[in-house]
Amino acid sequence: MELTDSAIVTKARLGDADAFRALVERHSRPLFRLAFRMTGNQHDAEDVVQESFLRAWRQLGRFDERASFGTWLYRIASNCSLDLMRSGKRRSADYQVEDPVLALPSGDPTPERVAMSGEVRERVAEAMDELSAFERTAFVLRHFEGMRIEDVSRVLGCQPGAAKHSVFRAVQKLRRALEPLVSGAR
Amino acid sequence: MNHLSEEQLILHYYGEEDDALAAERHLGECDDCRALYGSLQRALNVVDSLPVPEPGAEYAEQVWKRIEHQLPARRGVGWVWALPAPWRWAAAGAAFAALLVAAFLAGRFYPHPRQPAQLAADPQAGERILLVAVGDYLERSQMVLIELANARSPGSLDISAEQERAVDLVSENRLYRQTAAHTGDAAVASVLDELERVLLDIAHAPSRLSPAELEKLRQRLEAEGILFKIRVLGSNVRNQEGRTL
Repeated sequence: MELTDSAIVTKARLGDADAFRALVERHSRPLFRLAFRMTGNQHDAEDVVQESFLRAWRQLGRFDERASFGTWLYRIASNCSLDLMRSGKRRSADYQVEDPVLALPSGDPTPERVAMSGEVRERVAEAMDELSAFERTAFVLRHFEGMRIEDVSRVLGCQPGAAKHSVFRAVQKLRRALEPLVSGAR
Repeated sequence: MNHLSEEQLILHYYGEEDDALAAERHLGECDDCRALYGSLQRALNVVDSLPVPEPGAEYAEQVWKRIEHQLPARRGVGWVWALPAPWRWAAAGAAFAALLVAAFLAGRFYPHPRQPAQLAADPQAGERILLVAVGDYLERSQMVLIELANARSPGSLDISAEQERAVDLVSENRLYRQTAAHTGDAAVASVLDELERVLLDIAHAPSRLSPAELEKLRQRLEAEGILFKIRVLGSNVRNQEGRTL
């Protein structure tokens, strides 16, 4: 029977590195996707994943066992991404994949995929880069991770109103930046 | 007819509005709102199409290989966290009592304080102790700054608890900064120097910050990138700590 996160965390708290490894195996892929959407860059995303697990290991003692480990880890990763974006040390957005372990999702060339030419991709990446670090993080959690705004505020450690306005501002900025691009696609 | 605001349309898109039926009804009747909503949907659909690399099955293994040698040992108090909360307090009380007894006995039967030369006799052990202390110190400083950077309050915010922690951290910082300067580690000394100035400002700020003052502090933390610098320094210290074991 597969152990729950909570049972594995209890073992990891006792210093069981193998238990922590099980958590890394379970959560590293979704965490990478989150970090990539926040940073827009594979190398930064990998740094964020690595740093998030290191912080999680160090802070396991503070983890409230009644909470979800995944949400707690998302919170750490969001803070790592925010730190990185605010530091100005972020690499430029790059949606080209270099690591053979990482591959762009395959699929038939649907009209959307074909339309997503390099230029369009660049415009969208630029529009995402125009968002502030906080707006981008709130938007990624709401839009891509499907979190409700209240949950976004919990992850970001802010009031629901602040999370809501960050999502509003992000969507408004994106709509305005991408309007010329999509106005003909009705 | 009252149009739907852009905020209402965004909430409708995400299914978080209070009255979905009323919004749907309005969109069915109002060309302007329908056009705005269509523009919003198209923009977000394009954002959706941004590709995200899909990590392969071996990605987790790669992550583990990168971090496993950087994980500081979790020993000593780890078992305490596995206990139910009331037992944790009992264990903490017992540990504190044991510490008091040990301190008393040490004072009674071990009158000669340890000389610096004794530490120098095993420089690697000395370095390890210092690295553990600095790593722990950086983590505590980071927590104070993160809490302030993420604090949100509609009115003024009481930061007296963070200020008390900042005062303690400043005195510790001086010791580590001077040690780093003494050992010629200019990069570490420089980050600690920056951190000390930020902590001093927090310690000497009014105990209640208005939203504007809080925002100013947040902007300063962002502008100086101090959190990121601490994070990088902390990672380096943990790496060094691992190598000295």
